[in-house]
Amino acid sequence: MIALDDTDRAILRALEADATLSAGALGRRLGLSQPACWRRIRRLEEAGVIAGRRLVLDHAALGFGVTVFLGVKLATKGRVSLEDFERAVTAIPEVQVVQHVLGLFDYRIKVRARDIADFERVLRRRIMTLPGLGQVEANVLLSEERLPGPLG
Amino acid sequence: MPIDDTDRRILRQLLAEPAMATADLAERAGVTTATCWRRLERLREGGVIRGAQAVIDWRALGWEVEVSLRFTLDKTHPRAFDEFLAAAREVPEVLEIQTFLGQTDVRLNVIARDMAHWQEIYRARILTLPHIQDTEALMLISTIKDSAELPL
Repeated sequence: MIALDDTDRAILRALEADATLSAGALGRRLGLSQPACWRRIRRLEEAGVIAGRRLVLDHAALGFGVTVFLGVKLATKGRVSLEDFERAVTAIPEVQVVQHVLGLFDYRIKVRARDIADFERVLRRRIMTLPGLGQVEANVLLSEERLPGPLG
Repeated sequence: MPIDDTDRRILRQLLAEPAMATADLAERAGVTTATCWRRLERLREGGVIRGAQAVIDWRALGWEVEVSLRFTLDKTHPRAFDEFLAAAREVPEVLEIQTFLGQTDVRLNVIARDMAHWQEIYRARILTLPHIQDTEALMLISTIKDSAELPL
């Protein structure tokens, strides 16, 4: 685990808001030279703190107007059924996120669909046929916002 | 804004690897770098691509616990959503806020350094949020899939 100073935290906050900022532009904003800023970004990447980049898209403009989160409980548990389920669910193209969780459900699944009819198709043909599937709860996403996290 | 097959090809590659350089992206999408650059510019101007954010791996910074908290709010209060959301934004450990249509009204993604810290946040910052009727926690064990790809 690496230690962060205030400048590192400021770099992370800025890149969380806009990952396309160059080391030069970011450095100017923070009073660092381009090479100094670049070295800090590089260090954060090498330590795995900056794990990658995420595009912010207008999904509706791309024809994907519906996002649904499913809470799934497996009917049967045990190592084999978990692996079968995970292999099958991750192969569904409309499924973007699969998380193994502890609590009321076993998995959280994020599905992107074109519209409600398309979601119904994914649910019936792909989700309901998953091996070991038990109870399913669906919640349709209305709004979503990301916050910078504890970098203050 | 109309999107054609070339845009979709570029977006497919970009969603698979959001940090890819334009030249590599062009090659994979089978277009010239100039075309690719122009198309990306157009997608940005048209608001389809709204931006890019750095993804922070909080575990690499020592935040070991991640919990998905689902809330049912007291909807007899007309400002329940607004007041709950405004208060949730003030909690630094909250990374994501989502609102839903379904059994769950709101979901918060919250991180903590360890279980003791989680308990502290949960009692002092979460259960004190306004208009909570019911809440349930799903503790993240592992993320099996996390992809931005879409079946374009």
